[in-house]
Amino acid sequence: MSAAVAPTRPEAPSIRGRVTQMNVIRSEWTKLWSLRSTRYTLLAAVIAMAGLGIAIAIAQMTRWSQLDQHDLSTFDSIDIGVSGYHVAQLAIGVLGVLVISGEYSTGMIRSSFMAVPKRLPVFWAKLAVFCAVTFVTMLVATFVSFFVVQAIVTQHGQQHSLGDPHALRAVLGVPLFLTALAAMSVSLGALVRNTAGGIALWVFLLFVLPGITAILPHATADSINPYLPLNAGATIVTSTFDFGTHLSPWCGLGVFAVYTVIAIVAAAVGLVRRDA
Amino acid sequence: MIEIRNVTKRYGERVAVEDLTFTVRPGIVTGFLGPNGAGKSTTMRMMLGLDAPTSGTATVNGKDYRDLQAPLHEIGAMLEARAIHTGRSAYNHLLAMAQTHGIGRRRVEEVIDLVGLSHVAKQRVGGFSLGMGQRLGIASALLGDPAAVILDEPANGLDPEGILWIRNLLRSLAAEGRTVFLSSHLMSEMALTAEHLVVVGKGRLIADTSVAEIVAQASDDSVVHVKSPDATALREVLLGAGASVSSDQRGALDVRGLGHERIGELAAARSIVLHELTPKTVSLEEAFMRLTGDAVEFHATTPDQPRLEVAA
Repeated sequence: MSAAVAPTRPEAPSIRGRVTQMNVIRSEWTKLWSLRSTRYTLLAAVIAMAGLGIAIAIAQMTRWSQLDQHDLSTFDSIDIGVSGYHVAQLAIGVLGVLVISGEYSTGMIRSSFMAVPKRLPVFWAKLAVFCAVTFVTMLVATFVSFFVVQAIVTQHGQQHSLGDPHALRAVLGVPLFLTALAAMSVSLGALVRNTAGGIALWVFLLFVLPGITAILPHATADSINPYLPLNAGATIVTSTFDFGTHLSPWCGLGVFAVYTVIAIVAAAVGLVRRDA
Repeated sequence: MIEIRNVTKRYGERVAVEDLTFTVRPGIVTGFLGPNGAGKSTTMRMMLGLDAPTSGTATVNGKDYRDLQAPLHEIGAMLEARAIHTGRSAYNHLLAMAQTHGIGRRRVEEVIDLVGLSHVAKQRVGGFSLGMGQRLGIASALLGDPAAVILDEPANGLDPEGILWIRNLLRSLAAEGRTVFLSSHLMSEMALTAEHLVVVGKGRLIADTSVAEIVAQASDDSVVHVKSPDATALREVLLGAGASVSSDQRGALDVRGLGHERIGELAAARSIVLHELTPKTVSLEEAFMRLTGDAVEFHATTPDQPRLEVAA
């Protein structure tokens, strides 16, 4: 086509290419790592995920003799080993929203869609790149946290091995849960197209919603609470839940995954239909 | 070849573009002219698949932009509002754009050199001046060595040297056989760069014609400015020859209906001394203002004043 339009122009085959999903993934990989804010936020997530449990374990061991009976009976080195997710989820969630809302606030999204006019390949590539980076970094950080914590608590014989009940499930559960969370926050960013709004919606769905059900009658609240996103999702990373008031771990993660898929589908439909 | 066919775009109640039809042909620079709010940017966004027309079609080489397999090779675009993440370096921005098409790093470095940004390519775009931002926008547009280039207000923020540079760049792109389509509200700039003009006002097509034709049309009743120490006598002579004459200054006449050659001959025949004999060519600016006079959305109220005489 271009040859017919521009007969006098020499063809330069070295720079001729076309849009493929793999090419778009490469582009999104470059985009993710070429922003300082992304690198720092990811670093913060890794430090939080690996470091928080270790800090708690050290603190508990140094004041072991002062712990009361209740503290001792609920002490669980698996939960401590993965406790970094409480902070890491904040960093991952905020970064997920930013991955796409940052393009809307700067106008970059128009460049992205001009290069990839079908739009969805951009969204799939953002999801793939950010979820893969989240999974790998959080997997490594969780393993580091788990093993270092077990080494620390050995001094009072509290250590668990990966083979113990719940241990492997919780350790693998952290990167799985955070990866689903990453996908959900990217989708919310795409839906709201605004950083502040996207983060607000994300905080509302995950952290405010559980507080709101408190105004409902007890019986109603009790039947709803297990299905709220964070209550469901967090079951996979917890070894000592009271499963009378929570879903079972894999069922909880499944419910969280369903919410994630809903957010992804809504975002995808919006991306294709709305003007950029 | 970019074709706009019966395109209408509504944002809620507001009609941004109404039943617009025109074609941008390859090998020439086509200017897209219109007052603020005329629908220029909206039209360009529809060409690029960013906004969907409410009705009608916008096609590039016969295809909907969204169906292009390698859009960066077919159209390179720079939109008026910067479309670049401010936290990224110029190099990484272009690299990320290039990677979507599998375009290599060598081409990225080539376009950076081409627009003269080599010394700042590794710096964050957020710190760029308006002119540097425009140059980066043009680098993005040329990245895929596209058959067509769409530029929204490319001269915005450029210094005189930059304006000269972009004028020559656009001409050479068109000379290579590419389609060049640019919007501007700088009429004088358009007169120097564009051959063909598409003029819109209030979202509707006002004119689709060559620059020369617009100027010719508008200058049908062009004016010759004459100065003479014997203006009163000259006035009688010219009126006798069928001209209409007005005067806003002692010793000066604005003559309509006679060419400057004829005025000179008439004065010579009567031995009337002339101090000045100046044909006032109507500039593109004035032609444009006449065309769009009724279609300007944001009118500044001005007291009655003599007609603008702007030399081209």
